[in-house]
Amino acid sequence: MAESNKPTMRGVFINGVLNENPTFRLVLGTCPTLAVTTSAINGIGMGLAATFVLVCSNFVVSCVRKLIPDKARIPAFIVIIATFVTIVQMVMQAFLPSLYDALGLFIPLIVVNCIILARAEAFASKNGPVISAVDGLGMGLGFTCSITLIGIIRELIGNGTVFGISLLGASYQPMLLFVLAPGGFITYGLVLGIINAITARRQAKAGKEE
Amino acid sequence: MRITDVGSFFLFMVNCILCNNFIFSRFLGCCPFLGVSSKVQTATGMGLAVTFVMGIASLVTYFVNLLLVALGLEYLQTIAFILVIAALVQFVEMFMKKSMPSLYSALGIYLPLITTNCAVLAVTIMNVENHYNLFESVCNGVFGALGFMLAIVLMAGVRERLETSDIPKSFKGFPSSLITAGLMSIAFMGFQGLVK
Repeated sequence: MAESNKPTMRGVFINGVLNENPTFRLVLGTCPTLAVTTSAINGIGMGLAATFVLVCSNFVVSCVRKLIPDKARIPAFIVIIATFVTIVQMVMQAFLPSLYDALGLFIPLIVVNCIILARAEAFASKNGPVISAVDGLGMGLGFTCSITLIGIIRELIGNGTVFGISLLGASYQPMLLFVLAPGGFITYGLVLGIINAITARRQAKAGKEE
Repeated sequence: MRITDVGSFFLFMVNCILCNNFIFSRFLGCCPFLGVSSKVQTATGMGLAVTFVMGIASLVTYFVNLLLVALGLEYLQTIAFILVIAALVQFVEMFMKKSMPSLYSALGIYLPLITTNCAVLAVTIMNVENHYNLFESVCNGVFGALGFMLAIVLMAGVRERLETSDIPKSFKGFPSSLITAGLMSIAFMGFQGLVK
Protein backbone atom coordinates (compact mmCIF):
# COMPACT_ATOMS: atom_id res chain seq x y z
CA MET A 1 0.00 0.00 0.00
CA ALA A 2 1.71 3.12 -1.24
CA GLU A 3 -0.71 5.78 0.00
CA SER A 4 0.14 7.28 3.37
CA ASN A 5 -3.46 7.89 4.51
CA LYS A 6 -5.24 5.19 6.46
CA PRO A 7 -6.59 2.39 4.29
CA THR A 8 -10.37 2.19 4.26
CA MET A 9 -12.29 -1.02 4.97
CA ARG A 10 -13.84 -1.08 1.54
CA GLY A 11 -10.59 -0.28 -0.20
CA VAL A 12 -8.77 -3.06 1.63
CA PHE A 13 -11.51 -5.56 0.83
CA ILE A 14 -11.67 -4.70 -2.89
CA ASN A 15 -7.89 -4.70 -2.99
CA GLY A 16 -7.81 -8.30 -1.81
CA VAL A 17 -10.50 -9.54 -4.17
CA LEU A 18 -9.42 -7.71 -7.33
CA ASN A 19 -6.36 -5.50 -7.44
CA GLU A 20 -4.07 -7.76 -5.49
CA ASN A 21 -5.84 -11.05 -6.09
CA PRO A 22 -3.46 -13.54 -4.49
CA THR A 23 -3.76 -16.15 -7.21
CA PHE A 24 -3.76 -14.06 -10.36
CA ARG A 25 -1.88 -10.90 -9.31
CA LEU A 26 0.59 -11.93 -6.64
CA VAL A 27 0.90 -15.57 -7.81
CA LEU A 28 1.07 -16.87 -4.25
CA GLY A 29 -0.24 -20.12 -2.89
CA THR A 30 0.18 -21.90 -6.19
CA CYS A 31 0.35 -25.40 -4.69
CA PRO A 32 -3.26 -25.63 -3.49
CA THR A 33 -4.36 -23.70 -6.57
CA LEU A 34 -2.99 -26.43 -8.78
CA ALA A 35 -3.55 -29.47 -6.63
CA VAL A 36 -7.10 -29.25 -5.34
CA THR A 37 -8.80 -27.66 -8.34
CA THR A 38 -9.75 -30.94 -9.99
CA SER A 39 -13.38 -30.05 -9.31
CA ALA A 40 -15.25 -26.85 -8.52
CA ILE A 41 -16.48 -28.06 -5.15
CA ASN A 42 -12.96 -28.87 -3.99
CA GLY A 43 -11.91 -25.37 -5.03
CA ILE A 44 -14.65 -23.77 -2.91
CA GLY A 45 -13.89 -26.00 0.06
CA MET A 46 -10.20 -25.23 -0.03
CA GLY A 47 -10.85 -21.52 -0.58
CA LEU A 48 -13.23 -21.23 2.36
CA ALA A 49 -10.93 -23.17 4.66
CA ALA A 50 -8.05 -20.88 3.73
CA THR A 51 -10.28 -17.81 4.12
CA PHE A 52 -11.23 -18.84 7.65
CA VAL A 53 -7.59 -19.35 8.59
CA LEU A 54 -6.60 -16.09 6.94
CA VAL A 55 -9.24 -14.01 8.75
CA CYS A 56 -8.53 -15.56 12.16
CA SER A 57 -4.75 -15.50 11.86
CA ASN A 58 -4.72 -11.92 10.57
CA PHE A 59 -6.91 -10.87 13.50
CA VAL A 60 -4.80 -12.61 16.13
CA VAL A 61 -1.47 -11.59 14.63
CA SER A 62 -2.64 -8.01 14.57
CA CYS A 63 -3.76 -8.23 18.22
CA VAL A 64 -0.42 -9.53 19.44
CA ARG A 65 1.79 -7.63 17.01
CA LYS A 66 3.20 -5.34 19.68
CA LEU A 67 3.98 -8.19 22.07
CA ILE A 68 6.07 -10.29 19.70
CA PRO A 69 9.76 -9.44 19.46
CA ASP A 70 10.82 -8.79 15.92
CA LYS A 71 13.23 -11.71 15.71
CA ALA A 72 10.77 -14.36 16.87
CA ARG A 73 8.09 -12.98 14.57
CA ILE A 74 7.97 -15.66 11.86
CA PRO A 75 7.87 -18.70 14.20
CA ALA A 76 5.19 -16.95 16.26
CA PHE A 77 3.08 -16.28 13.17
CA ILE A 78 3.47 -19.88 12.06
CA VAL A 79 2.27 -21.20 15.42
CA ILE A 80 -0.79 -18.94 15.28
CA ILE A 81 -1.57 -20.06 11.74
CA ALA A 82 -0.97 -23.73 12.55
CA THR A 83 -3.42 -23.50 15.46
CA PHE A 84 -6.23 -22.34 13.22
CA VAL A 85 -5.35 -24.89 10.56
CA THR A 86 -5.63 -27.65 13.16
CA ILE A 87 -9.07 -26.32 14.12
CA VAL A 88 -10.19 -26.33 10.48
CA GLN A 89 -8.80 -29.83 10.03
CA MET A 90 -10.72 -31.19 13.01
CA VAL A 91 -13.99 -29.44 12.09
CA MET A 92 -13.78 -30.70 8.52
CA GLN A 93 -12.98 -34.23 9.60
CA ALA A 94 -16.04 -34.22 11.84
CA PHE A 95 -18.61 -32.53 9.63
CA LEU A 96 -17.41 -32.76 6.02
CA PRO A 97 -15.64 -36.13 5.81
CA SER A 98 -15.93 -36.44 2.01
CA LEU A 99 -14.34 -33.03 1.42
CA TYR A 100 -11.74 -33.87 4.04
CA ASP A 101 -10.79 -36.99 2.09
CA ALA A 102 -10.77 -35.13 -1.22
CA LEU A 103 -8.44 -32.37 0.03
CA GLY A 104 -6.36 -34.83 2.06
CA LEU A 105 -2.80 -33.70 2.60
CA PHE A 106 -3.56 -30.17 1.49
CA ILE A 107 -5.49 -29.25 4.63
CA PRO A 108 -2.48 -29.38 6.96
CA LEU A 109 -0.55 -27.72 4.16
CA ILE A 110 -2.63 -24.55 4.54
CA VAL A 111 -0.02 -23.73 7.21
CA VAL A 112 2.63 -23.22 4.58
CA ASN A 113 0.33 -21.46 2.13
CA CYS A 114 2.42 -18.42 1.28
CA ILE A 115 -0.64 -16.13 1.08
CA ILE A 116 -1.37 -16.47 4.78
CA LEU A 117 2.15 -15.85 6.02
CA ALA A 118 2.60 -13.06 3.48
CA ARG A 119 -0.53 -11.24 4.68
CA ALA A 120 0.44 -11.72 8.34
CA GLU A 121 3.84 -10.25 7.58
CA ALA A 122 2.87 -7.52 5.14
CA PHE A 123 -0.46 -6.36 6.51
CA ALA A 124 -1.54 -7.71 9.90
CA SER A 125 1.76 -6.97 11.63
CA LYS A 126 1.38 -3.29 10.71
CA ASN A 127 -2.35 -2.61 11.01
CA GLY A 128 -5.19 -2.82 13.55
CA PRO A 129 -7.12 -6.04 14.25
CA VAL A 130 -10.42 -5.21 12.53
CA ILE A 131 -8.94 -3.95 9.29
CA SER A 132 -6.56 -6.92 9.25
CA ALA A 133 -9.52 -9.28 9.50
CA VAL A 134 -11.15 -7.43 6.59
CA ASP A 135 -7.94 -7.76 4.60
CA GLY A 136 -7.95 -11.47 5.38
CA LEU A 137 -11.55 -11.76 4.23
CA GLY A 138 -10.84 -9.92 0.98
CA MET A 139 -7.73 -11.92 0.21
CA GLY A 140 -9.45 -15.15 1.17
CA LEU A 141 -12.46 -14.49 -1.03
CA GLY A 142 -10.19 -13.46 -3.89
CA PHE A 143 -8.37 -16.76 -3.48
CA THR A 144 -11.65 -18.69 -3.26
CA CYS A 145 -13.06 -17.10 -6.42
CA SER A 146 -9.87 -17.74 -8.39
CA ILE A 147 -9.47 -21.37 -7.44
CA THR A 148 -13.17 -22.02 -7.94
CA LEU A 149 -12.86 -20.54 -11.43
CA ILE A 150 -9.94 -22.84 -12.22
CA GLY A 151 -11.86 -25.73 -10.67
CA ILE A 152 -14.90 -25.02 -12.87
CA ILE A 153 -12.80 -24.90 -16.03
CA ARG A 154 -10.93 -28.10 -15.25
CA GLU A 155 -14.03 -29.98 -14.18
CA LEU A 156 -15.96 -28.84 -17.25
CA ILE A 157 -13.29 -29.84 -19.74
CA GLY A 158 -11.98 -32.87 -17.89
CA ASN A 159 -15.27 -34.36 -16.77
CA GLY A 160 -18.08 -32.52 -18.56
CA THR A 161 -19.64 -31.41 -15.28
CA VAL A 162 -19.74 -28.37 -13.00
CA PHE A 163 -20.37 -28.93 -9.29
CA GLY A 164 -21.21 -32.51 -10.24
CA ILE A 165 -24.00 -31.47 -12.63
CA SER A 166 -23.53 -32.67 -16.19
CA LEU A 167 -23.50 -29.71 -18.57
CA LEU A 168 -22.08 -31.02 -21.80
CA GLY A 169 -24.33 -34.04 -22.19
CA ALA A 170 -23.52 -37.72 -22.41
CA SER A 171 -22.03 -37.51 -25.90
CA TYR A 172 -19.13 -35.36 -24.64
CA GLN A 173 -15.87 -37.24 -24.53
CA PRO A 174 -14.10 -35.93 -21.40
CA MET A 175 -10.50 -34.80 -21.77
CA LEU A 176 -9.12 -36.61 -18.78
CA LEU A 177 -5.83 -34.76 -19.11
CA PHE A 178 -7.37 -31.64 -17.59
CA VAL A 179 -8.19 -33.36 -14.34
CA LEU A 180 -4.68 -34.82 -14.15
CA ALA A 181 -1.57 -32.90 -13.15
CA PRO A 182 -0.61 -31.35 -16.52
CA GLY A 183 -4.09 -29.86 -16.98
CA GLY A 184 -3.68 -27.95 -13.74
CA PHE A 185 -0.53 -26.20 -14.90
CA ILE A 186 -1.85 -25.49 -18.36
CA THR A 187 -5.25 -24.18 -17.22
CA TYR A 188 -3.66 -21.93 -14.62
CA GLY A 189 -1.15 -20.63 -17.16
CA LEU A 190 -3.81 -19.89 -19.77
CA VAL A 191 -6.18 -18.20 -17.30
CA LEU A 192 -3.30 -16.10 -15.94
CA GLY A 193 -2.27 -15.09 -19.46
CA ILE A 194 -5.81 -14.14 -20.46
CA ILE A 195 -6.27 -12.08 -17.30
CA ASN A 196 -2.98 -10.31 -17.98
CA ALA A 197 -4.15 -9.54 -21.51
CA ILE A 198 -7.48 -8.15 -20.29
CA THR A 199 -5.78 -5.98 -17.68
CA ALA A 200 -3.27 -4.66 -20.18
CA ARG A 201 -6.06 -3.72 -22.59
CA ARG A 202 -8.03 -2.00 -19.84
CA GLN A 203 -5.00 -0.05 -18.72
CA ALA A 204 -4.28 1.02 -22.27
CA LYS A 205 -7.88 2.21 -22.62
CA ALA A 206 -7.75 4.11 -19.32
CA GLY A 207 -4.48 5.70 -20.45
CA LYS A 208 -6.05 6.91 -23.70
CA GLU A 209 -9.06 8.43 -21.98
CA GLU A 210 -6.84 10.51 -19.75
CA MET B 1 5.79 -49.05 -1.52
CA ARG B 2 8.19 -50.49 1.03
CA ILE B 3 11.91 -51.13 1.14
CA THR B 4 12.70 -54.76 1.81
CA ASP B 5 15.83 -55.43 -0.25
CA VAL B 6 18.20 -53.72 -2.69
CA GLY B 7 15.83 -54.13 -5.62
CA SER B 8 12.94 -52.50 -3.83
CA PHE B 9 15.28 -49.74 -2.69
CA PHE B 10 15.95 -48.79 -6.31
CA LEU B 11 12.26 -49.04 -7.16
CA PHE B 12 11.53 -46.76 -4.23
CA MET B 13 14.11 -44.30 -5.53
CA VAL B 14 12.72 -44.28 -9.07
CA ASN B 15 9.22 -43.96 -7.69
CA CYS B 16 10.11 -40.90 -5.59
CA ILE B 17 12.21 -39.12 -8.18
CA LEU B 18 10.34 -39.82 -11.41
CA CYS B 19 6.92 -41.42 -11.00
CA ASN B 20 5.60 -39.42 -8.08
CA ASN B 21 7.67 -36.34 -8.69
CA PHE B 22 6.85 -33.73 -6.07
CA ILE B 23 6.18 -30.97 -8.51
CA PHE B 24 4.84 -32.65 -11.60
CA SER B 25 2.50 -35.16 -10.09
CA ARG B 26 1.87 -34.00 -6.53
CA PHE B 27 1.98 -30.21 -6.91
CA LEU B 28 4.11 -29.74 -3.84
CA GLY B 29 6.70 -27.00 -3.63
CA CYS B 30 5.30 -25.05 -6.55
CA CYS B 31 5.99 -21.63 -5.01
CA PRO B 32 9.79 -21.96 -4.97
CA PHE B 33 9.55 -23.93 -8.20
CA LEU B 34 8.06 -20.91 -9.95
CA GLY B 35 9.82 -18.30 -7.85
CA VAL B 36 13.48 -19.34 -8.00
CA SER B 37 13.66 -21.16 -11.31
CA SER B 38 14.86 -18.29 -13.47
CA LYS B 39 18.55 -19.30 -13.45
CA VAL B 40 20.11 -22.76 -13.44
CA GLN B 41 22.66 -21.81 -10.80
CA THR B 42 20.15 -20.49 -8.26
CA ALA B 43 17.84 -23.41 -8.98
CA THR B 44 20.64 -25.84 -8.15
CA GLY B 45 21.34 -23.98 -4.90
CA MET B 46 17.69 -24.13 -3.92
CA GLY B 47 17.51 -27.81 -4.82
CA LEU B 48 20.53 -28.66 -2.68
CA ALA B 49 19.24 -26.69 0.28
CA VAL B 50 15.85 -28.41 0.05
CA THR B 51 17.46 -31.87 -0.20
CA PHE B 52 19.52 -31.18 2.89
CA VAL B 53 16.63 -29.87 4.98
CA MET B 54 14.14 -32.47 3.79
CA GLY B 55 16.47 -35.35 4.68
CA ILE B 56 17.08 -34.01 8.18
CA ALA B 57 13.44 -33.04 8.67
CA SER B 58 12.32 -36.59 7.82
CA LEU B 59 14.78 -37.96 10.35
CA VAL B 60 13.83 -35.58 13.16
CA THR B 61 10.07 -35.69 12.66
CA TYR B 62 10.20 -39.48 12.78
CA PHE B 63 11.29 -39.26 16.39
CA VAL B 64 8.97 -36.34 17.14
CA ASN B 65 6.09 -38.43 15.87
CA LEU B 66 7.09 -41.34 18.12
CA LEU B 67 6.99 -38.92 21.04
CA LEU B 68 3.59 -37.51 20.02
CA VAL B 69 2.12 -40.99 19.68
CA ALA B 70 3.54 -42.05 23.02
CA LEU B 71 1.93 -39.04 24.68
CA GLY B 72 -1.34 -39.41 22.75
CA LEU B 73 -1.00 -35.97 21.20
CA GLU B 74 -1.35 -36.88 17.51
CA TYR B 75 -3.64 -33.92 16.88
CA LEU B 76 -0.70 -31.59 17.48
CA GLN B 77 1.09 -33.10 14.48
CA THR B 78 0.81 -30.11 12.16
CA ILE B 79 1.91 -27.59 14.77
CA ALA B 80 4.74 -29.77 16.05
CA PHE B 81 6.09 -30.58 12.60
CA ILE B 82 6.06 -27.04 11.29
CA LEU B 83 7.82 -25.85 14.44
CA VAL B 84 10.43 -28.56 14.05
CA ILE B 85 10.98 -27.56 10.45
CA ALA B 86 11.20 -23.84 11.25
CA ALA B 87 13.64 -24.51 14.07
CA LEU B 88 15.63 -26.91 11.95
CA VAL B 89 15.98 -24.42 9.12
CA GLN B 90 17.17 -21.79 11.57
CA PHE B 91 19.60 -24.25 13.14
CA VAL B 92 20.96 -25.48 9.82
CA GLU B 93 21.47 -21.88 8.79
CA MET B 94 23.48 -21.07 11.93
CA PHE B 95 25.45 -24.29 11.74
CA MET B 96 26.37 -23.79 8.11
CA LYS B 97 27.39 -20.19 8.70
CA LYS B 98 29.94 -21.35 11.29
CA SER B 99 31.28 -24.58 9.85
CA MET B 100 30.65 -24.50 6.10
CA PRO B 101 30.86 -20.85 5.06
CA SER B 102 31.34 -21.68 1.38
CA LEU B 103 28.21 -23.82 1.22
CA TYR B 104 26.40 -21.22 3.32
CA SER B 105 27.18 -18.43 0.91
CA ALA B 106 26.08 -20.64 -1.97
CA LEU B 107 22.73 -21.52 -0.39
CA GLY B 108 22.48 -18.33 1.70
CA ILE B 109 19.18 -16.70 0.87
CA TYR B 110 17.39 -19.92 -0.01
CA LEU B 111 17.67 -21.47 3.41
CA PRO B 112 15.08 -19.30 5.22
CA LEU B 113 12.72 -19.72 2.28
CA ILE B 114 12.54 -23.44 2.88
CA THR B 115 10.31 -23.08 5.93
CA THR B 116 7.42 -22.14 3.67
CA ASN B 117 8.22 -24.81 1.08
CA CYS B 118 5.18 -27.02 1.39
CA ALA B 119 7.08 -30.06 0.11
CA VAL B 120 9.00 -30.26 3.38
CA LEU B 121 5.94 -30.32 5.62
CA ALA B 122 4.19 -32.62 3.16
CA VAL B 123 6.97 -35.20 3.15
CA THR B 124 6.95 -35.40 6.94
CA ILE B 125 3.19 -35.89 7.04
CA MET B 126 3.33 -38.43 4.23
CA ASN B 127 5.94 -40.42 6.15
CA VAL B 128 3.57 -40.68 9.07
CA GLU B 129 0.50 -41.47 6.98
CA ASN B 130 2.28 -44.24 5.10
CA HIS B 131 3.75 -45.70 8.30
CA TYR B 132 7.28 -45.55 6.91
CA ASN B 133 10.07 -46.75 9.16
CA LEU B 134 13.11 -44.60 9.86
CA PHE B 135 15.11 -45.63 6.80
CA GLU B 136 12.14 -45.33 4.44
CA SER B 137 11.28 -41.91 5.86
CA VAL B 138 14.76 -40.55 5.25
CA CYS B 139 14.87 -42.10 1.76
CA ASN B 140 11.48 -40.61 0.98
CA GLY B 141 12.71 -37.19 2.08
CA VAL B 142 16.02 -37.29 0.24
CA PHE B 143 14.78 -38.84 -3.00
CA GLY B 144 11.66 -36.70 -3.02
CA ALA B 145 13.87 -33.64 -2.72
CA LEU B 146 16.14 -34.91 -5.50
CA GLY B 147 13.05 -35.18 -7.69
CA PHE B 148 12.24 -31.58 -6.75
CA MET B 149 15.78 -30.56 -7.65
CA LEU B 150 15.58 -32.34 -10.99
CA ALA B 151 12.34 -30.55 -11.80
CA ILE B 152 13.53 -27.10 -10.77
CA VAL B 153 16.85 -27.38 -12.62
CA LEU B 154 15.15 -28.61 -15.80
CA MET B 155 12.66 -25.79 -15.52
CA ALA B 156 15.41 -23.22 -15.04
CA GLY B 157 17.12 -24.47 -18.18
CA VAL B 158 13.93 -24.01 -20.17
CA ARG B 159 13.21 -20.62 -18.66
CA GLU B 160 16.64 -19.27 -19.55
CA ARG B 161 15.72 -19.92 -23.17
CA LEU B 162 12.19 -18.59 -22.76
CA GLU B 163 13.58 -15.24 -21.62
CA THR B 164 14.89 -14.47 -25.06
CA SER B 165 12.13 -16.04 -27.12
CA ASP B 166 9.33 -14.11 -28.71
CA ILE B 167 6.06 -14.83 -26.89
CA PRO B 168 2.89 -12.70 -26.52
CA LYS B 169 3.45 -9.97 -23.95
CA SER B 170 0.68 -11.02 -21.60
CA PHE B 171 2.03 -14.57 -21.47
CA LYS B 172 5.54 -13.50 -20.46
CA GLY B 173 6.72 -14.64 -17.05
CA PHE B 174 4.39 -16.79 -14.96
CA PRO B 175 1.83 -17.86 -17.60
CA SER B 176 4.45 -19.19 -19.99
CA SER B 177 6.31 -20.88 -17.12
CA LEU B 178 3.13 -22.59 -16.00
CA ILE B 179 2.34 -23.86 -19.47
CA THR B 180 5.93 -25.09 -19.79
CA ALA B 181 5.52 -26.88 -16.48
CA GLY B 182 2.31 -28.44 -17.80
CA LEU B 183 4.12 -29.80 -20.85
CA MET B 184 6.95 -31.12 -18.69
CA SER B 185 4.36 -32.71 -16.48
CA ILE B 186 2.93 -34.55 -19.48
CA ALA B 187 6.42 -35.86 -20.19
CA PHE B 188 6.76 -37.01 -16.58
CA MET B 189 3.43 -38.83 -16.86
CA GLY B 190 5.27 -41.21 -19.14
CA PHE B 191 7.10 -42.53 -16.09
CA GLN B 192 3.85 -43.43 -14.34
CA GLY B 193 3.77 -47.06 -15.40
CA LEU B 194 7.40 -47.65 -14.51
CA VAL B 195 6.77 -48.79 -10.95
CA LYS B 196 3.73 -50.73 -9.92
